[in-house]
Amino acid sequence: MTDQSCARSGRTPQGSWTEHYPELGTGPISFADSTSPEFFELEREAVFKRAWLNIGRIEELPEHGSYATKEIEAARASVLLIHTDQGIRAFHNVCPRCGTKLVWHEYPDRETAGQAGEITCKRCRRTHEFDGADTAALMPLHCDIWNGFIFVNLDTAPRQGLREFLGPMLTGLDGYPFEKLTERYDWVAHNNSNWKIFADAFQEYYHVPALHSQQVPAQVRVPGAGFTCGHFQLDGPHRLVSTAGRRRWLLPPEYMYPIERATRSGLVGPWETPDIGELPAGLNPGGIEPWGISNFQIFPNTEILIYGGWYLLYRYWPTSHNTHRFEAHTYFHPARTVRERIEHEVASVVLKEFALQDAGMLGGTQAALEYGIVDDFPLGDQEILVRHLHKVVVDWVDDYRRAHAGVGAPR
Amino acid sequence: MTAKRLPSAFAELECFAETWCLPTETERFNQRLASTIGELRQFYDAFFPRLEEAIDHCDKFALDELPEDALHLLHLIYSLVMVAMAVEIMGQPAPVDAADAVMIRTGWPTP
Repeated sequence: MTDQSCARSGRTPQGSWTEHYPELGTGPISFADSTSPEFFELEREAVFKRAWLNIGRIEELPEHGSYATKEIEAARASVLLIHTDQGIRAFHNVCPRCGTKLVWHEYPDRETAGQAGEITCKRCRRTHEFDGADTAALMPLHCDIWNGFIFVNLDTAPRQGLREFLGPMLTGLDGYPFEKLTERYDWVAHNNSNWKIFADAFQEYYHVPALHSQQVPAQVRVPGAGFTCGHFQLDGPHRLVSTAGRRRWLLPPEYMYPIERATRSGLVGPWETPDIGELPAGLNPGGIEPWGISNFQIFPNTEILIYGGWYLLYRYWPTSHNTHRFEAHTYFHPARTVRERIEHEVASVVLKEFALQDAGMLGGTQAALEYGIVDDFPLGDQEILVRHLHKVVVDWVDDYRRAHAGVGAPR
Repeated sequence: MTAKRLPSAFAELECFAETWCLPTETERFNQRLASTIGELRQFYDAFFPRLEEAIDHCDKFALDELPEDALHLLHLIYSLVMVAMAVEIMGQPAPVDAADAVMIRTGWPTP
């Protein structure tokens, strides 16, 4: 539900969100960045080996000795996270003695997690302690934590520290009680599109009434309904969109499905959630009232979508120029009763239902892009974040190309 | 006659227990896709009128102290949530327009 008058009053002095950021331009854009194997090879180096990447949360490594491996195909890297006596640290998941993959279970290409007192190589039997100075034997990676989110940077010398990279819009979320929302549901999907094409599906919402018409019961569905977001914001390589939303239980009953009314949960999660304390102003920087959701898109491939009292986390990991691995997580406060657990189950089931519709579109979208019939795509004002993501990726790739063009290839 | 799985107050749902008392989302989703919309409606029509009563029954226990029959009932509730997506929202067993997309739940709290 959007409140149209509120959305309109949120417009910028320039009259459109896009013109508020003149560096974006308003012309048609190319999606060649999502169909070209050559571009993807550059993206690996220019984006995934240079940006800070969120690969997990601290709850995944709860105590000393907890470890987890993370595969980053786009950077051809495997990362070993360990909760050491100096906190959570990241290492290349490679045995420094014999060079084989260090930690894996049954299949070397699959992620694993567990608890250990030391790490032993399956091949050479060399044992690696991870506390104190001996960690020098393992090969460390740049690793930092923001509000419980674990980031790594695969660059030998990152250009920015994590907080500087995140910038004021994202660090405006400092103090949001992520640590209270630890009840987690996880999903993985292998999708047949470029990673940016799926990210795009969650950074414009005009497609919602069309593709997801079933979100509104048939008897109150408005044919041709639109959807307007109340606030867009850009900060460096990162993006934000907020929408207005009415409290679910204040709507007339016919706007909900029977299963939602019976369980008091559904499309936008549990209707009522426990008080999680004061929330930072940065959660709703556009001052949308009544506030519904804020969707923070952390460059390049992480999205934090905050609802009232719970949040979603998406990550898009490219596996080739036209495939990616999609990770989705919901985070709720720990259920105190069976009824609350059922509310979380309902929210999680509904989420998958509509995410599958988004994913189902991808094969067709990617195929059509690869036909190459259209190369100049017009984007509307409500697609400002789509325009921004593709521009930032292309800018980072151009920067990388320029820096390397000077080496041995005069131009 | 197989052993009773559900609390005695829900005995009339016993005929659905073997098919739908499934502990994981993957099993519930697969069972939904393997069913006809008629079969899904039959389960929905039998159970939905008693859903709130079933939630109240399970909610009498602490989350980590559910007796076995209430745990079976909770799994049946989870299946009803899954089936409601097909019966109430999609009007067919599979999500509309999901094409060949697959999304696997890999982690969840229990029960």
